[in-house]
Amino acid sequence: MTMIFGVPLAVFMGQLMLGLINGAFYALLSLGLAVIFGLLKIVNFAHGAQYMLGAFAALLGAQYLGINYWLALLLVPLVVGAFGALLERLVLRRIAHLDHLYGLLLTFGLALIFEGSLINLFGVSGASYPVPEALAGGIKLPFMFLPTYRGWVLVAALVVCLGTWFIIERTRLGAYLRAGTENPALMQAFGVNVPLLVTLTYGFGVALAAFAGVLAAPLYPVSPTMGSSLLIVVFAVVVIGGMGSILGAILTGLAMGLIEGLTKVYYPEAANTVIFLVMIMVLMLRPAGLFGKEA
Amino acid sequence: MTSVMNATRSPHGISTSSDEAICLAGVNAFYGESHILHGVDLRVKRGELVTLLGRNGAGRSTTLKTIMNMVGSRSGSIVINGQETLGMKPHHIPRLGVGYCPEERGIFASLDVEENLLLPPTVRSGGMSLDDIYGMFPNLYERRRSQGTRLSGGEQQMLAMARILRTGADILLLDEITEGLAPVINQALAEVLVTLKSRGMTIVLVEQNFRFAAPLADRHFVMEHGRIIDTIEAADLDARRDDLNALLGV
Repeated sequence: MTMIFGVPLAVFMGQLMLGLINGAFYALLSLGLAVIFGLLKIVNFAHGAQYMLGAFAALLGAQYLGINYWLALLLVPLVVGAFGALLERLVLRRIAHLDHLYGLLLTFGLALIFEGSLINLFGVSGASYPVPEALAGGIKLPFMFLPTYRGWVLVAALVVCLGTWFIIERTRLGAYLRAGTENPALMQAFGVNVPLLVTLTYGFGVALAAFAGVLAAPLYPVSPTMGSSLLIVVFAVVVIGGMGSILGAILTGLAMGLIEGLTKVYYPEAANTVIFLVMIMVLMLRPAGLFGKEA
Repeated sequence: MTSVMNATRSPHGISTSSDEAICLAGVNAFYGESHILHGVDLRVKRGELVTLLGRNGAGRSTTLKTIMNMVGSRSGSIVINGQETLGMKPHHIPRLGVGYCPEERGIFASLDVEENLLLPPTVRSGGMSLDDIYGMFPNLYERRRSQGTRLSGGEQQMLAMARILRTGADILLLDEITEGLAPVINQALAEVLVTLKSRGMTIVLVEQNFRFAAPLADRHFVMEHGRIIDTIEAADLDARRDDLNALLGV
């Protein structure tokens, strides 16, 4: 059997794959956080809860409305994203002129409310969401067995990440977003409806989280607390990558997933903390993050 | 309809005629608690080039920002192209044909030169095409793929002006466009302004550099402490140069 540094190849590749999939979720979620932070300057603490709402919406949609996975993948981000846009318009906008710390506190409060309400309704144990039939089973690669659904998650997350990067960096709408991030008052003086841009951006960031939630539903137990534990790691990823950088968020997300996966192979005890160790090192050496601009 | 266009009564009872591009009457502006403009009256006819002169802090930049609704709050009457704009949202004002070039130029670092040029939405037809603009500012064409803020100061100023020419705006509010630029660049900017004026644009120029502004303008408004304290027609300029020097403290 082929060994890599004393570990069987299949085990090594398996952990690498798991790491990459975790990394894809980190990338999707930190991307949404980066987009929201860029324009609103709010650290969206409700992001984990919005991811959880995505998974729950898929689960409840399947149970009560018979919405299948593929339709959920399309509808849930739209619905949860629209809910996010509504939150921005009705709640976040009222405190937009205050110190951004208030935005952080408010979104944190919202996260607790979403979580608490769902715990009250469904408990914490969590339910499972079936893997869609078309993606059941797996593919036997020469070096490992790859469950089809995991391969799909990786591809879908990467496509959405790169699509988002393309929209922001290469299109006119993206130019509005980048310019609005730099100088919203001047954009307004050019005739751009900045308040609307802010609402749509928040909605889009929330939709990304909900999309990640639907992708995650067949992989992890769907429970009200599934977002909060993930979000802490995602914040560490964002700190490492540098707040506000789009490509930085994607690359750092994937890289941190891989590092976590590798640590699981060679020193499993540190697997849950390795990202935070990297974060501390980055904060000491490059406080603005790997891809962030020095202030 | 014609009568509405020809004579709109502003809240202050001053009639504005259709050949006026901008008419400010009794305008006050505030940033939070500070009262910056104190009853500014200002009329600019279509196709005119006027300057706002005055010392630093006299309220000249604030006058432009007040027209754009970029200040904390404002009162009085501001009629642009025949429309009262006091209650308008900031992003609706450019759509009346107003282009604003801020003092700090406002070039976006995250956009390249061409993206900066294409950024402001078209507000009305008849704006310059990208080719026209590159013809007028050849430097911008050569550097169209550079990051906006990597241009020299003069090029950034050209970019900041070129950007609003594309939108079809026919009223330009230009804040200190010659600040910190070499005389040869200022010469080029003066030629651009002459060209724009000959095309019928209305231009309000906030200037520190009187020598730059004097040969271009139809009229000069002198500001002090948030008020317009004197108006000098171009024809009277030579006769009143001593007055002006005293007012500006040069």
